[in-house]
Amino acid sequence: MARKRTKASAAGAPVTTVVVMRLYVAGTAPNSVKAIANLKAICRRYLKDGYKLEIVDVCEHPRRALTDGVVVTPSLAKLSPAPASNVIGNLSDTGSVLAALGLHAGAME
Amino acid sequence: MTAKKSATPRLLSKLATGLQGFDEISRGGLPRNRTSLVMGGSGTGKTVFALQTLVNAARELKQPGIFVAFEEGADEIFANAATFGWRLPALAKSELFFLDARLSPTVVQSGDFELGGMLAILVAKKQELGAAWIVFDGIDVLLALLQNRGAEMREIYRLRDWLAHNELTAIITAKVDGDAFSPANYGFMQFMVDCVIRFDRRLEQGISVRRLEITKYRGSDFAPGEFPLSFGPHGMEVAARGRAGTLNGASTERVSSGFGGLDSMLGGGVFRDTTTLITGAPGTSKTTLAGKFAESACRRGERTLFVSFDEGGERIRRNLTSVGIHLDAHMKSGLLRMYSGRTDAINPEEHLIRIAALLLEHQPRCMVIDPLSAIAKSGALSSARAVGNRLIYQVRDHHITAFITSLVEGNDPQAEATEMQISTIADTWIHLSYQVRGGERNRALTIIKSRGTHHSNQVRELELSAAGLALADVYSSGGEVLMGTLRWEKEAEERARKLQRHAEFSQKRRELQFAEADIAARIAALQLDLERQRAELTHYTGDDEARQVASGEWQSELRRMRSADGAAAAAPVPGKRRGARISAKSGGNGD
Repeated sequence: MARKRTKASAAGAPVTTVVVMRLYVAGTAPNSVKAIANLKAICRRYLKDGYKLEIVDVCEHPRRALTDGVVVTPSLAKLSPAPASNVIGNLSDTGSVLAALGLHAGAME
Repeated sequence: MTAKKSATPRLLSKLATGLQGFDEISRGGLPRNRTSLVMGGSGTGKTVFALQTLVNAARELKQPGIFVAFEEGADEIFANAATFGWRLPALAKSELFFLDARLSPTVVQSGDFELGGMLAILVAKKQELGAAWIVFDGIDVLLALLQNRGAEMREIYRLRDWLAHNELTAIITAKVDGDAFSPANYGFMQFMVDCVIRFDRRLEQGISVRRLEITKYRGSDFAPGEFPLSFGPHGMEVAARGRAGTLNGASTERVSSGFGGLDSMLGGGVFRDTTTLITGAPGTSKTTLAGKFAESACRRGERTLFVSFDEGGERIRRNLTSVGIHLDAHMKSGLLRMYSGRTDAINPEEHLIRIAALLLEHQPRCMVIDPLSAIAKSGALSSARAVGNRLIYQVRDHHITAFITSLVEGNDPQAEATEMQISTIADTWIHLSYQVRGGERNRALTIIKSRGTHHSNQVRELELSAAGLALADVYSSGGEVLMGTLRWEKEAEERARKLQRHAEFSQKRRELQFAEADIAARIAALQLDLERQRAELTHYTGDDEARQVASGEWQSELRRMRSADGAAAAAPVPGKRRGARISAKSGGNGD
């Protein structure tokens, strides 16, 4: 169920770097479903096409979760640009997600 | 496995934790394929309890296990447990799996989350290992992140369902502060799980005491109340009291105290499996008596444990060697084990637990505790008494013949009764005291009591020399016992008197012997006389007859020669013959 979505950043957009993220979810658990929806909304609104997102279902790839040290789901890992950061939860609090991704809600809008 | 389980659904089966004391209290361990909650303040031993159970299962029963750590990383856990010698890194390669479930301190939380991811990992790992046990250590750290009670409950229920579904025996540890029974401290979790164990640590008289208590065990009997625990060289040790009301059968076998004099005072030694208390002031050679007992036990080939408080084993062995008691060889052969503990730093409960572990490990038949009174030095006297009593009952439960010494200040043995109160439960009570008289201090030994056996009620003097121990009879003079030089004087006097008596007796005997010889000689002389007289008498009697015969023949010859009438007419005429005979007789008489 791992899905990859890569979109090249549109020319002239304020974001010059591509944000690489990985979201770990647990099947169709309510919070996991919510997290996917919330993250997609955030990406659409603040990152336009300047991001790479991989969604990993730990129920199908437990070994991967183990290697990556994922304990709770949903769990979002920002891999680049540095510094790397982690967010857990259904990502309903947009402000804290943006802060973790190194984005500022005001500047982006 | 599932089929088996459904065949006997009501039977609660248990998995032993391998912690001897705890398995006794819980009547067999933790509920199999159920969840047990271990709760308590920080530093009470929750993690060690859970980890030790896992290690025991992996090592002894070859049951693999999973340890999920929310609070500490695997490295920290390995380091903390290194002193116990469990070889965790080696176990972690095959039987044990450590999941570091700590969240990075930089992690940001945004909204609700669940444990689904972790459980997915664990399912995979469980199948890979074939794990039977799982520990969630420090679940409070995780639950704190959930931030609301509803979410906490939801995740706990999720966890429980997951555990039940996966047939894992689980231990969940949670840190609580203050009252562990308040609903604020996971009341719902206590309700949900099948077994709740509360850990506690508090200060008593300046000494830290750890305890555990089973507060709930669904479908099972358990020992109620708090049980002390401590950390020994191999991990946590839990002191179980043993089943109440089990009284042992009485042995009639006698065991030597190692000291002939004392054995005869006791009517042949102490009974097997009994406790002998030796009380006395400092320096009355309590340890020597105890050492003698230990040595003789080893000589009989019986495993022996020598527990000494506030004095090292080596020092004791050296001191005992000076009075002819040699324990070194028995130490080397492994028959004798020595445990030396300091009582100023460690609370009595911990000593009790360590001794209990040694009893299991060494399986001694004989034991010495020297001196038990030392444990009263630390902590409260009441708890020291309780420990003393429990120790003695433990020793009895193991069918051990024990010599226990107790220091009593002064010469009054009754002081013991008010101090440690061991004397009431000891089977034999020997008191050692000093008698000061005539500028000397001498040791005296008395048997105050000895259950079920005749024993001497005499006070004896205990003599100590390089050759060993000896018991001497004491002299009673004017209501006072005489010892040391005074006794020696008395003995010398007695010896002189004896010598005198002996001389007198010899003299008398010689006199009597002379008299006897004299009479015998006289009897011999008289006998000789008698013989002579008898011989003479015989001689005379024989002569007379010979002469009569000779004269008769002579007369008849004479008559024949004279051709007297008598000779021809003699046969046909009886009257004539009679006359002739008379004449012959008269002729003889007339001679």
